[in-house]
Amino acid sequence: MNNNLAFDFTVDKAAQTVLINREFAAELSLVWDAFTKQEILDQWWAPKPFISKTKFMNFEVGGRRFYAMISPEGQERWSIQRYTSISPKTNFKIYSVFADQDENPELPGSDWDLNFSEHNGTTTVSITIYNESLERLEMMIDGFREGFTMTLNHLDMLLATQSQEQ
Amino acid sequence: MKQDIFQAIADPTRRAILALIAVQAFTPNAMAEKFDMSRQAVSKHLKVLQACELIKPEQSGREIYYHFNPKKMQELDHWLAQFRKIWETQFNQLDDVLSTIKKQKI
Repeated sequence: MNNNLAFDFTVDKAAQTVLINREFAAELSLVWDAFTKQEILDQWWAPKPFISKTKFMNFEVGGRRFYAMISPEGQERWSIQRYTSISPKTNFKIYSVFADQDENPELPGSDWDLNFSEHNGTTTVSITIYNESLERLEMMIDGFREGFTMTLNHLDMLLATQSQEQ
Repeated sequence: MKQDIFQAIADPTRRAILALIAVQAFTPNAMAEKFDMSRQAVSKHLKVLQACELIKPEQSGREIYYHFNPKKMQELDHWLAQFRKIWETQFNQLDDVLSTIKKQKI
């Protein structure tokens, strides 16, 4: 589907750091908006069949995004992302932490550094996640587990529809 | 998982211990000698490594030998592959959202 767009994912276990690089076939300002505007973020942030629901989002230094990933059964998993630094259309940094529905953080969290650059109409997003813990990964993966089989089924259906169209 | 594997292997001494016993099982005393550390310091590190099942003790006569447990590392890689899968799914969805917005603009 998007095989021509580069995707790198590496984990430095000893440094507890995750590095993610991904290219997008769109101009920089559009990709920047997709990461920084609530109405676009909610359209893609949760892996299907989960839904991302942002309760509030203030994209400014010191501002926060409080959002939930909602399972098909209606279970909500809340998170807080605090914006610690913003250089428009170039970089922003967040501190991300799981939370309960009343905005009480469940420590520890992780620090994210997101870089954006454009070359010939292709935008590259580089994300570095520091201080990631296996505990957090487990929490996240467990939360998504039942959704995975459904995601794969959804993808199969999508691919089948696309090949029929061609 | 009570003990975080990332934290367990973030420590250089614990990484050195793992590298050592990956080749051959060692007793705590032999490790202490090898790293020029106290037996107590070695025991502390072994406790952390054992808590996340990266090493396994095996009694041999009066001595306890510690073995490396490669299965646990594989398990960790398996977990990380799932984490990668989540990102892949999200980004594929973003591709669709971006192309929809681009079409709307025209």
